[in-house]
Amino acid sequence: MKTGFRVFLAAFIALGASWCGFVLAPVLQLGTEKQTTVLNSSDIYPEQRPGAATLGLQVYRANDCAACHTTQVRQDGVTCQISLTSLGKNEPAEFKKFIASLLELPQFRACSNSVTAEFQAWNGELPETVTNLDADEAGDMIQHINAGGCKAEVQVVATGADIARGWGSRRSVAEDFLWDDPVQLGDIRVGPDLANVGARYDLNWQLQHLYAPQSLVKNSAMPPFRFLFQVRKIGSTPSPDALNLPAAFAPPAGYEVVPTDDAKNLAAYLLSLRADVPLYDAPFTREIVDTNNP
Amino acid sequence: MNENEKIDSAVDASCRVPLLALFGGAALWLVVGLALAIVASLTFHKPDMFADCPWLTYGRALAAANDLLLYGFCIPTGLGVMLWIFARLSQAELCLPLVPIAAANIWHLGVLIGTVAILIGDSTGFMWLEFPRGSSVLLFAAFLLIAISAFATFGARRDRELQPAHWFLLAAVFWFPWIYSTANLLLLASHPVRGVTQAVIDWWFSNNMVFVWLALVGIGTAFYFLPKLAGRPLQNRYYALFAFWTFILFGTWCGIPHDAPVPAWLPASSAVASALLILPLFIIEFIGWRTAWGSVKSKWDSGPFCFVGSGVDFFFLSGLMLVAMACPQISRATEFTWFGPAQIQLQFLGFFAMTMFGAVYYILPRTAGFDFPFPKLARVQFWISLFGLALFILPLAIGGVEQGMKLQNSQIPFADISNSMLPYLRVSTTGQLLLLLGGLIFALNVFGLTLKWKMAVLKKLLAAIKAPLETEEVKA
Repeated sequence: MKTGFRVFLAAFIALGASWCGFVLAPVLQLGTEKQTTVLNSSDIYPEQRPGAATLGLQVYRANDCAACHTTQVRQDGVTCQISLTSLGKNEPAEFKKFIASLLELPQFRACSNSVTAEFQAWNGELPETVTNLDADEAGDMIQHINAGGCKAEVQVVATGADIARGWGSRRSVAEDFLWDDPVQLGDIRVGPDLANVGARYDLNWQLQHLYAPQSLVKNSAMPPFRFLFQVRKIGSTPSPDALNLPAAFAPPAGYEVVPTDDAKNLAAYLLSLRADVPLYDAPFTREIVDTNNP
Repeated sequence: MNENEKIDSAVDASCRVPLLALFGGAALWLVVGLALAIVASLTFHKPDMFADCPWLTYGRALAAANDLLLYGFCIPTGLGVMLWIFARLSQAELCLPLVPIAAANIWHLGVLIGTVAILIGDSTGFMWLEFPRGSSVLLFAAFLLIAISAFATFGARRDRELQPAHWFLLAAVFWFPWIYSTANLLLLASHPVRGVTQAVIDWWFSNNMVFVWLALVGIGTAFYFLPKLAGRPLQNRYYALFAFWTFILFGTWCGIPHDAPVPAWLPASSAVASALLILPLFIIEFIGWRTAWGSVKSKWDSGPFCFVGSGVDFFFLSGLMLVAMACPQISRATEFTWFGPAQIQLQFLGFFAMTMFGAVYYILPRTAGFDFPFPKLARVQFWISLFGLALFILPLAIGGVEQGMKLQNSQIPFADISNSMLPYLRVSTTGQLLLLLGGLIFALNVFGLTLKWKMAVLKKLLAAIKAPLETEEVKA
């Protein structure tokens, strides 16, 4: 490397390679990404966020909420489970025997111990769910069970610590961020992951949590965002938006805490964070939602 | 004074004003940045400290502090040192000296605008690119101006053969405009790219800025100063060539996290590149030790030598942390934890700042023609910074691993995890205070020197004004 030109050429090639790899290629591959459909459904995903939520994304950006919160759920892998919904004409005892004979087949050797244990603990109530099977085992077993006159279905379940914490039902994928500008994935979890926070809490919770996090999460390390709220004298009629705070966090008598537009938008954005539908590249079987317990 | 020394002092004198302009602003931003970082970490001591003050809320203060360290301190100091090294290696006076003076002022203005913008909530939301468009245009223009002066000085060199320091510094001059314009055009222009492509480009930019660019400048500087200070040639040129090539080939591909929600080939190629990065890391550390070996004992009491020497060691450490974070098995425990910030801060304050402190302590007295007002404080600053780094980085790194292990265990409630991090964060604030003290000593020396120089200029000026005019007698 004796001349300036050679250094320039070397640097151009070596450095330019990474530009082609991490700028050009992703723009070509992902730049034209379109909406997709939800797995086993004709619903379009993702839908654009509502107006207030789109404005709230900018409040999230302005205060750099991503300095403490990620919006990406990780996943280790998937397992399959079989959910037995009907025994047909069979009795539970007969069915247990049938399963025991089934598990002697060579293809079930790997999973037979855990499945045997789960069926032994079963008291005959339906639906019964058997976990921890791989896709081949589950597919094979369900054929045998259906042939035996029972009804069962295979469910795909994502695994991993983030999933087990209830932060999401699948990993985050590129589609989840299609409408966001800027995309703020975050790189540190000082606070919990927010990829699916809209499915966990309601509007009042979010607003109160922004104003006084410690009133809802004991020992929370989150700073209160009181500057997004207005503490004002109650006028002739109390504001319908006023927060309903516990005594320790409430303003002095005669005053009320009212969210500003920024606070409302930010809460709307947080509510719109719901990456909870199965997609082709991140499948899972949707659980039956218990509507009594939001 | 022999011929060579005469040339050296002429070269140094030609760099005086541009360097004072670049370093003066950088020293100021270093202090402001470190102070803002402490403001941010106060939130971990008392969460509602800034609950009513949007300007200093955690996210804004932290982003401003980080950008001040990178754009305010690291880049202008690096550019100043680079201009001087180019002039010295060329044995020629700095070309177009007015251009870098103007550029330094434009640059610092850009940093000021960007920082205020972040604090009032106008940040762009992209990591390491938080400065809004207006400010980044100023920074880009200032960089190009300095690059023009650097290239002109480089072209005027007497010895045509290039030195290892040349390779690294030239690549850095060339690479910054490329990555900075790409990132700004694709992320902040009126039609930005969509979806996660934004995140990929931001990761690429962050890695190339914070890891690759700083390393090119810092290692280039170290490869110039280590032989000079140790009094023996670089050991040796061929290893350095290999390190340079492998570093720009592999270093530039790092930075996409393992679990990123992007097509799998992106993080996979990053992981491969990070594994290969081990090669240049070990070779650079090896070159550093082989060059400095033997003079460690005798030169250990010289300020610049221990700053630059420890800078190379910290680069090695920070690089190893980066490689560890890219390793799929380890990344599970380090991703989304304090380990990441620990690596970045080690890169800034351990590797780059230490190397630059050494370089500035060597360069500035020579260019200004005065010694620092408190030259002995350089050693004090070295030890304070070293303790500060240990107290700042170690708790974050250890805490980060603990946090990562606990995140993997879904039985531990999240609130418990974040509370178990608080003691670590509080200890690291002590480290930050020490680092701020070190920064203050540096600023004191730089400002004191500037003041001395300004006084001397003023005295000269006064003397020139007061000098009696030569009068010619008029014959009657």
